Amino acid sequence: MLTKRIIPCLDIKNGRTVKGVNFVDLRDAGDPVELAKIYSDEGADELVFLDISATEERRKTLVDLVRKVASTINIPFTVGGGISSVEDVEILLQNGADKVSINSSAVKNPQLINDLAQKFGSQCVVVAIDAKQIDREWVVHLVGGKVPTERSLFDWAKEVEQRGAGEILFTSMDNDGTKNGFANEALAKLSKLVNIPIIASGGAGNIQHFVDAFQEGKADAALAASVFHFKEIEIKTLKKELKNNNIEVRI
Amino acid sequence: MKIVIINYGAGNIQSIMFAIERLGYKAVLSSNSEEIKAADKVIFPGVGEASSAMKKLIESGLDTLIPTLKQPVLGICLGMQLMCKSSEEGNTKGLSIFDVDVVKFTNKVKVPQMGWNQIYHLKSPLFDGISEKEYMYLVHSFYAPLCNEAIATTNYELEYASALQKNNFYGTQFHPEKSSAIGEQILANFLKL
Repeated sequence: MLTKRIIPCLDIKNGRTVKGVNFVDLRDAGDPVELAKIYSDEGADELVFLDISATEERRKTLVDLVRKVASTINIPFTVGGGISSVEDVEILLQNGADKVSINSSAVKNPQLINDLAQKFGSQCVVVAIDAKQIDREWVVHLVGGKVPTERSLFDWAKEVEQRGAGEILFTSMDNDGTKNGFANEALAKLSKLVNIPIIASGGAGNIQHFVDAFQEGKADAALAASVFHFKEIEIKTLKKELKNNNIEVRI
Repeated sequence: MKIVIINYGAGNIQSIMFAIERLGYKAVLSSNSEEIKAADKVIFPGVGEASSAMKKLIESGLDTLIPTLKQPVLGICLGMQLMCKSSEEGNTKGLSIFDVDVVKFTNKVKVPQMGWNQIYHLKSPLFDGISEKEYMYLVHSFYAPLCNEAIATTNYELEYASALQKNNFYGTQFHPEKSSAIGEQILANFLKL
């Protein structure tokens, strides 16, 4: 059976991981490649690298990083952050990235989704959607949840599927950072609405939250950052517990 | 050993190059028919859309070359699908190495199938030392139905052929280069054929 996926997310700035990470046995906790290797060895199913640097050098540094990660790890990985053109994607894929994730650039220029799907195939196009509730409506937001758009989460999700997205990474800005669990109701609605895989993001605090995201939220994959980086949850333990809850995982 | 990865402008070739390097070999990318013919092992990669990939093969004349190769050839993902008789994706003809037509999953399941799924009924030296039910990484919307040439099967909506073999031609729907240590073992087995 196809398994549910567990995906650690690494924030990258100028080629280094940001946010403190709590791996005492790491020679260099800021080295994304070393962290990626550890997660891969612990049983992560995929990795996401989110580039948050804004310098002119960013593209080159990111490409170097992608090459290093691709040469070291043997599981799929996605690169996101500041990707806005077919050329951006081409260079990342050429250097070994398996998928790219686009967010604001897709909202500003939805045609980009069609262009990427046509040129590289839907399988490598992840559309990330950040949303939060305003008057009980899920509204798509930009700039890390700061700027609301006119779009509703569900309409936008349907549209990105039709335009050729291969997967949706849905982050609930209401849940992100709370450690109170994923936005399961919205997730379940999304999962029913579209026929492409949904990655749940935002709110992971304990193992039960992952169980709920898969069982109640019907998510296909769950992404988290700090609970993994700070070793609050170990991937091996998490997967064992998921299995105990009759959730199919790769162990 | 000379390993050639067929370059026809389709797919993430770098991951396969790196995986081969991790196994201690070197591969070269080539679209030159003499170089491909002279290789000890040929890898035929591919991601993207079937009919446009097939068009590229025809434009470069690789469509007539590939079926005549005598050394072990491994098609991966779309590469495997193009080695079949035809594909529903863009209604294209294939290379007709494998006697099976590639069709699409229905909407009863999420499409593409994306992630890790198990392989069963393994029967080929490609799977030496690999246990039944191991997990492989797959991303695909189209599949090869069960057939005589199936050397591995996977269940998604139904049981289908997730690897094929005919004589010196091998194909895997899954990505061995992205399927952790088990996938690398399969790639290593191919290189030892």
